[in-house]
Amino acid sequence: MSIDVGRGTRPVEVRKVDRVVIRFAGDSGDGMQLTGDRFTSEAAAFGNDLATLPNFPAEIRAPQGTLPGVSSFQLHFADYDILTPGDRPDVLVAMNPAALKANIADLPPGGTLIVNTDEFTKRNLTKVGYQANPLEDESLSAYHVHQVAMATITRAALEPTGLSKKDAERAKNMFALGLLSWMYNRETEGTERFLREKFAKLPEIAEANILAFRTGWNYGETTESFAVTYEVAPAKLSPGTYRQITGNTALAYGVVAAGQCAKLPVFLGTYPITPASDILHELAKHKNFGVTTFQAEDEIAGIGAALGASFGGALGVTSTSGPGIALKSETIGLAVMTEMPLLVLDVQRGGPSTGLPTKTEQADLLQAMFGRNGEAPVPIVAPRSPADCFDAALEATRIALTYRTPVLLLSDGYIANGSEPWLIPDLDTLPDLSVEFATEPNATDGSGEFWPYLRDPETLARPWAVPGTPGLEHRIGGLEKADRTGNISYDPDNHDRMVRVRQAKIDGITVDDVEVDDPSGRARVLVLGWGSSFGPIGAACRRVRRLGMDIAHAHLRHLNPFPKNLGEVLARYDRVVVPEMNMGQLAMLIRAKYLVDAVSYTKVAGLPFKAEELQDVLVDFVKGLDA
Amino acid sequence: MTTIDLGLPGLAGVPTTTEAQKAKDFKTDQEVRWCPGCGDYAVLAAVQSFLPELGLKRENIVFISGIGCSSRFPYYMNTYGMHSIHGRAPAIATGLATSREDLSVWVVTGDGDALSIGGNHLIHTLRRNVNLKILLFNNRIYGLTKGQYSPTSEEGKVTKSTPMGSLDHPFNPVSLALGADATFVGRALDSDRKQLTEVLRAAAEHRGSALVEIYQNCPIFNDGAFDVLKDSEAKDERIIPLVHGQPIRFGSEGQHGVVRDPKTGSLRIAEVAEVGLDALVVHDATIEDPSYAFALSRLGSHDLDHTPVGVFRSVRRATYDDLARAQVNEAKQKPANLGSLLRGKDTWTVLAD
Ligand code: SF4
Repeated sequence: MSIDVGRGTRPVEVRKVDRVVIRFAGDSGDGMQLTGDRFTSEAAAFGNDLATLPNFPAEIRAPQGTLPGVSSFQLHFADYDILTPGDRPDVLVAMNPAALKANIADLPPGGTLIVNTDEFTKRNLTKVGYQANPLEDESLSAYHVHQVAMATITRAALEPTGLSKKDAERAKNMFALGLLSWMYNRETEGTERFLREKFAKLPEIAEANILAFRTGWNYGETTESFAVTYEVAPAKLSPGTYRQITGNTALAYGVVAAGQCAKLPVFLGTYPITPASDILHELAKHKNFGVTTFQAEDEIAGIGAALGASFGGALGVTSTSGPGIALKSETIGLAVMTEMPLLVLDVQRGGPSTGLPTKTEQADLLQAMFGRNGEAPVPIVAPRSPADCFDAALEATRIALTYRTPVLLLSDGYIANGSEPWLIPDLDTLPDLSVEFATEPNATDGSGEFWPYLRDPETLARPWAVPGTPGLEHRIGGLEKADRTGNISYDPDNHDRMVRVRQAKIDGITVDDVEVDDPSGRARVLVLGWGSSFGPIGAACRRVRRLGMDIAHAHLRHLNPFPKNLGEVLARYDRVVVPEMNMGQLAMLIRAKYLVDAVSYTKVAGLPFKAEELQDVLVDFVKGLDA
Repeated sequence: MTTIDLGLPGLAGVPTTTEAQKAKDFKTDQEVRWCPGCGDYAVLAAVQSFLPELGLKRENIVFISGIGCSSRFPYYMNTYGMHSIHGRAPAIATGLATSREDLSVWVVTGDGDALSIGGNHLIHTLRRNVNLKILLFNNRIYGLTKGQYSPTSEEGKVTKSTPMGSLDHPFNPVSLALGADATFVGRALDSDRKQLTEVLRAAAEHRGSALVEIYQNCPIFNDGAFDVLKDSEAKDERIIPLVHGQPIRFGSEGQHGVVRDPKTGSLRIAEVAEVGLDALVVHDATIEDPSYAFALSRLGSHDLDHTPVGVFRSVRRATYDDLARAQVNEAKQKPANLGSLLRGKDTWTVLAD
């Protein structure tokens, strides 16, 4: 504990903490996502490790001041490596009664609550069912409450700018950001630069926002009720250059990089859908890398065009969410049958049907695995965190190009919108994904013909002969093909053979072994996860170990085929627990394939697991075995 | 037929060959499996004997089809080809044509494939004006699924699926394409090789989406659907040949013609003897306003009483694929530095202890 007298007009205690979770909550029109994003950038620039969880309604502008209209952004930053955006906030910023009501249950007793009092009018309170003003009764006595008239103060500060009352008030989110930036001793320069760039065309708005931001900072500095600021030191991450990145951006960069590594033009055929549209937006900005983006008339045309581009020798990509996969499944089947490379990016969301478009879920695994007519095996790759989306895109591309197959990549809303620091890779470490197109007739019978279904003996991949190659003219399609020649064939034995060959090709894909995190080597319980639950499961296991218990964690990147060592890993443990944000889809696959009595732990709430919740579940399993 | 010079060759960018080509070069070794007497044979023969005229390298031609009897077409063409899934050929062809400027891409589809399950892709392809040649085989029936009514079947049609007669009002594919802002729309008959070839030629020369409706007889499930256009007595009274730059007239003696109706501003049939030759509309496929071509498409009714054939519309408009490639090429003026893309604007460095 130290007193810093040099920095302001009054002495303020600076308390060192190792980690903090802040949640900004307000109306969807209050700019909470932007506020959270900026605070994240400040934490990143300072060198903290961090993880974020944006949470917003599906409606673009739900009725103002209502519970469905609440939008929030949670940020966890620390001086060590963290795995999740945190279960519960230490600090809750509530911009209106709805935000307070929707979020207060998550704030633990003793937590800090900063409230914008201006919105606590009788009308707004009634709108969300508050009989009495919670700021005036005892209901918030468990918390450190700071009541701040953010709109009034911002308006007053901005009066000299001549901005309308309404415009001035809209800058109150920057006031809140300024206040929090003061509390956590953040750099302000980056945010000011950001605001100047964002409002480059409206300099008066830029200056007004900067003024509001500084007003918030000064408010903390001069107001007696704020007696403490906090310092979270930079995290000791592995050496290198970092940036902050969201899953969708990392996925888009992964696709750009995949095109470069494969030396192929990229063709994205897609249709807007939440929460995947940002992949299209991002890729549309990078045409200089030979990326073509095609916003099609529907999901089917999006993947159709991508497959057409693949036929022409491009890296065909389509991006979507669960409902889009349902529409694309027939074309995925065609890609299986024609054995062409194709990247299918599924950013999963709550289902079924339209479900919960802005919330997260892992319930498309079985759709990815089996959601087609006939025996149509497709490799599946899943990223485990926002930054990992980059590597997952490269890995999915490797499989697609090497084995001439569509590949499903299963991201989800949690990592798509969440962000974390990313150790920017050295370009020399990126894989060589270059492919060889067929150039010569290949028939083994001396006929001098080209056989489009003659396979590479090792990978079982068929040749990729692109139009424009003389002498290799051939026809492919959805009808069953004769082995080797690729002519239409209704022969029963041929069909049986082809079904098995297509399966064998996918089963034979070489993937890295799964690694097990079992620090003591004495664990009897193994937690097996896949995809975005890596953070919460990892954090829960750390907690369990801190309690003195042993537990092992393995996390799958490859869902089809499974890593070769998976069966042996599962057999090493007395109990296998599979937490999933679905009804037990991986557990079902594991039980079917390995005959292990895996136990499923499921939650389908549209939100990621909390580490605390998983900790309790896992502790019970560990104790249950010991009992 | 006068060719229409639009100054934008449809095949620009597709490599040509000086080697002489013959129809047989475009045949594959696959046994053609349409029913005997099917109109598809005639169209296949017309296409195979017309393609050598273009002098394109065979390997730079691609035929993409959907599902249906006519969609077997690519298997019989010794070019690159894909027999895809029902209704989606225009979408697949859009991706291929956009990513490959050097290909001549043809779509083969039918009335069910293009207008029912694939209607959405067809209209969007036409409005985008992707450089594709779309051959729509219209036999007014579902053949491959054995005889259900299609979106171009006449009202009241009795089929296996409509024992009491179909209730659907049919599409006029030419009108539909014009409504979707197609830049090229033509119509031809499977049985008239010369006229079909002329329309195919004009379509190939057009840069952009070219929709060619081909009336095709299905002797098994809808035999004789177009007989009134083939019977030598009746056909002159019904077929209205559209010849660019010529007055629109028809009949065995050229006694009928098309005039503008001053009351409605639309087109109607008149007797040349009554209105005089000068009153006839001189066909101009390059008129920008689609209402002219649309009025032509509405001259007859679904019962083929008056049936214009030839090129209804052929106008110039930038193609989607040209524009998409231009954007990529323009963007490529900027350096593509992967390292700086990945780094972005805000980075921080963690040093080794
Ligand atoms: S069913 Fe009709 S359209 Fe199909 S192949 Fe036979 S004759 Fe031709």
